[in-house]
This record gives sequence, structure tokens and C-alpha cells, in this order.
Amino acid sequence: MKREIVIIGGGPAGLAAAIAAKEAGAQDVLILEREQELGGILNQCIHNGFGLHTFKEELTGPEYAARYIERAKALNIPALLGATVIDLGRENGALTVTFVSRSEGLVRMEAGAVVLCMGCRERPRGALNTPGTRPAGIFSAGTAQRLVNREGYLPGREVVILGSGDIGLIMARRMTLEGAKVKCVAELQPYSGGLKRNIVQCLDDYGIPLKLSHTVVDIRGKERVEGVTIAAVDDHLKPIPGTEEDIPCDTLLLSVGLIPENELSRQVGVEISPATNGPAVNESLETSIPGVFACGNVLHVHDLVDYVSEEAAQAGRNAARFVAGEIGSASDDSVKLIPGGMARYTVPVSVSPRRMAEQLTVRFRVKDTVRGGVIRVLVDGEEKLRRRRPVMAPGEMEQAVLKKEWFAGGEKQIEIWAGKEE
Amino acid sequence: MERYDVAVIGAGVTGSAVARELSRRAGRFIVLERTSDVGEGTSKANSAIVHAGFDAMPGTLKARMNVRGSQMMPALAAELDIPFKQNGALVVCLNPEELPQLEALYQRGIENGVQGLELLSGEEARRREPNLSEQVCGALYAATSGIICPFALTLGLAESAAKNGVEFRFDTRVTGLEKTETGWRIETEHGPLEASAVVNAAGVFADGLHNLVCAKKLHITPRKGEYMLLDKTAGQHVAHTVFQLPGRLGKGVLVSPTIHGNLLVGPTATDVEDGEDLAVTAAGLAELEEKSALAVQRVPLRQVITSFAGLRAHEAGDDFVLGETAEGFFDAAGIESPGLSSAPAIGEYLAGLIAQKLGLADKKDFDPIRRGVPRLAELPPAERAEKIRENPAYGAIVCRCEQISEGEILDAIHGILGARTLDGVKRRTRAGMGRCQAGFCSPRVMELLARELHMDLRDVRKNGGGSAIVVEKIRGEDAQ
Repeated sequence: MKREIVIIGGGPAGLAAAIAAKEAGAQDVLILEREQELGGILNQCIHNGFGLHTFKEELTGPEYAARYIERAKALNIPALLGATVIDLGRENGALTVTFVSRSEGLVRMEAGAVVLCMGCRERPRGALNTPGTRPAGIFSAGTAQRLVNREGYLPGREVVILGSGDIGLIMARRMTLEGAKVKCVAELQPYSGGLKRNIVQCLDDYGIPLKLSHTVVDIRGKERVEGVTIAAVDDHLKPIPGTEEDIPCDTLLLSVGLIPENELSRQVGVEISPATNGPAVNESLETSIPGVFACGNVLHVHDLVDYVSEEAAQAGRNAARFVAGEIGSASDDSVKLIPGGMARYTVPVSVSPRRMAEQLTVRFRVKDTVRGGVIRVLVDGEEKLRRRRPVMAPGEMEQAVLKKEWFAGGEKQIEIWAGKEE
Repeated sequence: MERYDVAVIGAGVTGSAVARELSRRAGRFIVLERTSDVGEGTSKANSAIVHAGFDAMPGTLKARMNVRGSQMMPALAAELDIPFKQNGALVVCLNPEELPQLEALYQRGIENGVQGLELLSGEEARRREPNLSEQVCGALYAATSGIICPFALTLGLAESAAKNGVEFRFDTRVTGLEKTETGWRIETEHGPLEASAVVNAAGVFADGLHNLVCAKKLHITPRKGEYMLLDKTAGQHVAHTVFQLPGRLGKGVLVSPTIHGNLLVGPTATDVEDGEDLAVTAAGLAELEEKSALAVQRVPLRQVITSFAGLRAHEAGDDFVLGETAEGFFDAAGIESPGLSSAPAIGEYLAGLIAQKLGLADKKDFDPIRRGVPRLAELPPAERAEKIRENPAYGAIVCRCEQISEGEILDAIHGILGARTLDGVKRRTRAGMGRCQAGFCSPRVMELLARELHMDLRDVRKNGGGSAIVVEKIRGEDAQ
């Protein structure tokens, strides 16, 4: 069996990529989704705030997903549900996708192009080496979110949250609304990992303290969590003796980072960027393997789903152009993109002026909070763009738009610089 | 009152091995376990190594049982359908002054009857295991050292015993023992029973039972060992199990691949008071980091997916306590390392003594073959496809990290000693053991447990006792 474009994952990235590919002229687009329904993690995000950029209105997660699911249906894009891709490979130059599902069994097929849309997973407790016991009552914030919003069960009554990622902040509010007492949110870094609006709307509005530069140093309880100890940390993020505080609780939620799920990408040999843990992509969002594209949280962890949709549409269009032979192979005129100043990474990591559209959005995050900041784009040292940004924070994604007209050919490097305005 | 020929107290690897060997004989046998599952104590958290047998002092029960257990393991693993691999071990010496001790260890191994031992130079050791540190100046190679899944071994032995007629009773703590004319009256939290013989396989609590009935007292100290488990991406870092030669710097820690392809670093050794103290400590983890680096370079500790602690039952006499220590009372006490390796031999030995004592006849219809839950992800594609055709639930992946299907989880729940808890499913199938540590699959596994065992989600537990996962229903018909 051969399919023109296979989209791995039917969450916001996969849906937008599939729709854009179909609209760009691809005939045969197939979505493989491991869950029983399309929409991905949006289905458990019942809070609002989605779609402000895309639809200029505030939607809940399921509402946002529904718009794309309906559009995909209208375009007759087939989606196989409960279908888990177990292998992504290359044989004699062709891409192969193998999946299993209850209804189809084990299926191996060739694909003209593949768009990686597998999303990300939460960093678990084990990765933190937090001392203490391993009782019931320790959840990653997303797991708790699913239990509350999808299953309808409260995971605990007295809660401490470690990490101030957006899901943790959202769950602080959610658990409070369901009658739980959220005692505090401890954040290892001196800044929050989440959106400012979530700190205001989910913590401040409910009087939940955010303890920056604090971490959990002990977990107690044999069968169920009975309490945790938090402590302040120094500049090297090491706990400061004498600052320990015991907090009785029955639940510890963790919101300590998201990791792009690139096991399949690695399997096929896609080059992974250590800065993002996602594929290193060029201007077409194409990975180091021709015909394999990536977008959404598998590429780099986003703050807003709107940007996921926008990026995924670009990946989907490029996949369609690739199978139509319009895009050409990755070209030799590639210019390297590098992060400068406080910029931590850039997506993409290279740009072919020949292949790029008239404009190209480069996304990045900063390493630390910057006040009175500026974003600059330098092509071979020459400043092409300078934009003021009063506040930049690690929890929020930044962007800079490149223009095709800046390139005459032969450029070596584009620097995306972020930092304090001198 | 119910009457048995033999009651085994403790469903760890030792108790399960004794039960399985007993089930070769005609008789009525029962295993009493205080927790909700097999292997909930020492058996669930250890180095997962089948030692070659060079370490224990010649003449000790540890030496004898280890060497015999190690010899039995390949055939046993095949009978019980559990993965086992003789990956070989390297005991590395980090200090040229201690090379004589390495030589002595080699001699001890020879004396214990261990096959396949070899002394290597530092260079030769590094040639065979490139990530050994530059400090390694010599090594003892043991070809028969192996890696095994301790959950699978315990469960395999227990299920084989159950299949051959042994009863298992969980959540049943033994609260008293009383000698009767015909054997023992055993008090449990769910009422008494009688048995002609009792086997004490109670792990870190075995001294308590022993001291109830024996004049010569035992003293068991729970000795905590902390471990770090790394992602499968780190599983190739070493191919052999790398031990450090005990020396000036203490006992050292091992770095080893696991049978499932992860990397294991540990253990520490700290004596504790509480037989249930399984907390990992900052000091312990720091010690692992420091010590592992001595023998193996660049251990990728950033890829830790979980850390855990286990307790070894260290007896003051420093050897296993095996045999009839009171009339009709058989000890399997002080079973610390190499307990996992020795379990098959301990089972064989004690069941033999008991059979002789009670005059139990061999059973003609004993079936040594037990089949575990199939591991779909390890099957060749054609076989996997065939399995899914037979049972479509094998095509529905629940645990994405380890690629465990709903069918495998249902098999685990409906097995002969089926899983009742989240940890029970995890140990039988590996669902939740991967890099996301059950973040995605636990709600799904909880649903399956609730559905298959006809219980409310609120009653689904992580392991035993009060380890319920959710506390109340907030929506739906009976929300409260």
C-alpha cells in the first residue's frame, strides 16, 4: 500500500497539517491517531483562551479542536483512530510507516511524505530525582487534568504543585474549582515557566502562592502522599539548608517541563536539536530526512495552540508541495540561523532563500526574563530588523519575520538576537 | 478450620520458588501474603542480576544456593517463559594495590564451582567494555552472570505453583503461630488455618516469625539499597554488568543493562529500622552518581526515568538461614543478595526437606510449563499481525512508551494470579514503566482494571492498602 501523505498524530498539529496539505492540492492525505478521537490533548483542556489569534475569539480546547475536525471532515480527509505508529523507516529511498490498530491489525505502508505531529509528553517525577517515597498521589499535571476533565474524578484534596508550567497553573485553578485546596506552587527557577496570564488568572485570582526559586526536597507517605517538604534553592538551584518547610498534602502535581515525543523521529534517523529536543528543520519545516516534516509540540514546545496551527499549516502545505515535486530537494543555498544574546534556540535552524516564501516566521524562546528588550535580525552581521519587546519571558514564545528580499545569494548566517536594548 | 500440608508465609521470589517446588508433590499447599500481590517486598526492588556465584564465601549456604540457582536459571526461565540473558559480568579493580583481592575473588569463584571465570587486564576489560573508566586496572570476567526481570521470575514461579494447585491468599497478614499436635495453627487477619508444616519466607519480617517459635533468635536488619533507572536510550552504555571490587572506597555500585534494555545504577547500602522504609534520599542518589563514575565513564544520568529503593533482609550471621529450625517450621530467612539468583535452589532444597519430612509423594501430572503474557512488541511483524487477527485488543496500544496493548493488559488482569492494581499491571506487562512513567497510560489502565474487575474507579489502587488513586467522583450519576 502507498499513501501520498501520512500525518502521524491527529491533535491540533496533525489536523492543521492535514487540512493545509489537502487544500494545497494533495489528493491522498491520511491521519493516524493513537487515541479514540481526534483533537489530541485539546480534548482535556476544557478551559478557555484558545483561538484568540486564529479565530479572534475565546474558545475552549474541545471547541478549538472541533473547528479543525469539522474542516477535515468537510475535506474528506480520512483518519484512522486507535492507530499507533510503531515504526517509521526508510527502504530503498521510500518512507515506510507501520502502525497497529484494533480494526486494521498491523499495517505497513509506503508514504510519499510524512508529517510528524506526535506532540510532547510531561517530564515525570523520576527524571527529577526527588527524594522520598513513591506512594499514590503523585501525578503529572496533565494526567490529573485528564482524570478531572475526562474521567470526572478528583485525584486529591490537598495539593502541592511543583513547577509552574501552564498545565500546572491551569490545574491549580481547576482543582480549586472542584473543591481541592491548592497549598502552593513551587518553581525551581526564579521565573515561571508558564504564561503571565495564567499566573494572574489561575493563581493570583485564587490566592494561591507562587514560590519562585523553591523545590520539593522530600515526599512522605507509604501508601498515599502524606506531605512534602519544600525548600528554597540557591543560584545553582541547590536546596538551601534551613529553609525547609513541611506541607501536609495528599497530592503532588508535577508541571516540570514537556519533552517532544521524538522516538519515531529518532528511529528513522531524523537529526534532533539538543536545544529543543525536536527535529532540526529547515525553512520548509522539513527535517534532515527529505519528505519528513515536523510541526507542533513534537518540533518544539509551544505556548499557544494558535501558533501550533499556523506552523502545522505551513508544514502541511510544504508536504503537499514536496509530493507534487514543486519544492525541490533541500538546496545548497541554505543559510544558517543561529540564536544570539538571550535567544535560546530558533525554529527553523536554516533557511534556503530560494525555497522560502516571501516571508518566513522564525520562532524562539529566551533563556531568562528580559525587560526593556529588543529583537534584532542580523544577516551576516548587518541589522535587517529591530523590534522592541518591553518584556520577554522563558514561558512565552517569541518570533521574528524574515523577508525573502533580504537575500541576494551567498549569505552565510542569520542571527536572531534577543536581549536588553542598550 | 481449613487444613493444609504446607503453608508458605510470603509470596516473594523465595516463597514462590518454594511453593512451585512443593507443587511437584501431592498435597495441599497455600501461600499467605500480607500485601496485595506477589513480589511486593524485597523481590520488587533489587539489582535484577543472576549472580555467577563467585562472591559468597566457600562453604556458605549463599555460595551453594547461588551456584546451583545460577545453573538452574536458564532452563527455569525457558519453562516459565520469562526473559533471561547471560550477559556476563565484569568485577573491575580500580586500584593496582587491590589486584591481589581480585585474584582472591577469582580463586573463591573456582572454589565455589563457578564456570567461565577469567582474569583480565585493564586494557582487555576496556576492549570488551569500552565505557569502563581509565582507572580500571584489572577485571574478573564471569561469563555466566545474567540479567533477569525479578517481577517476571517471581510471578512466573508463583503462577506455575498456582497452576499446579497451590492456593494464594493476598492481603492476609500472619498474626500468630501456635504449635499443635499435628503441626501449626496459623492466625491471620482473616481467621486461622492449620498446616503440618510452615515455611517462613517473610523477607525483612522473617525474624519476627522465627523468633515467635524458635529458641535461637534471629536478627534481621533491613538494609536499604537505592537505585536509578535510566531510559532505554542509555541501555547500551554497557553490555556487561559492571561491579566494583569491594575495596578502600567501600563496596561500590553496579552499572548494568536490564533485561528490558534500560540501564540500572545502584545500590547503596544503608541499614534502616523500618521494614517498609522505601524512601530514596538525596544523599543516596548523590552517592550513586559519584560511585558509578569511578568504574564507568559518562554514565548518562540525565536520562534517569525513575529512582527507587529496596530493602535486603540482612541477618546478623551473614548467611542464609535455611532448614527446619523448629519442629515442622522451615526457615528461608536472611535472604539478601544473592537471593534472587538463589531462589530456584532454595525452593528445590526446602521443598525437598519438607517432602521428606511429611512423606509427600511426587505428582505425576505436574506441569512445569507456564506461559506469560505475550510481549507483542517483541514479536516479528508477521507474528504480531497474526496475534492481532486472533485478538484485536492486541492492536490497541495503551502504553505508548513500551508499546503495551490492551490485550496484554487484559491477559495480565485475567491471568491465573491476575493483576488487581496499577502496579500489578505494570509489573506483569511493563505498562507504565517507560519514559513517561505512566503519565499517559495510567488513566486508561485504571479504566481497564475498573471495567474488568467490576469496581469503581475510586477503588482502583496503585498497590495495596490505602493507595487509591482518585479520591472522589465529581461528575456523573453517583457523584459525591
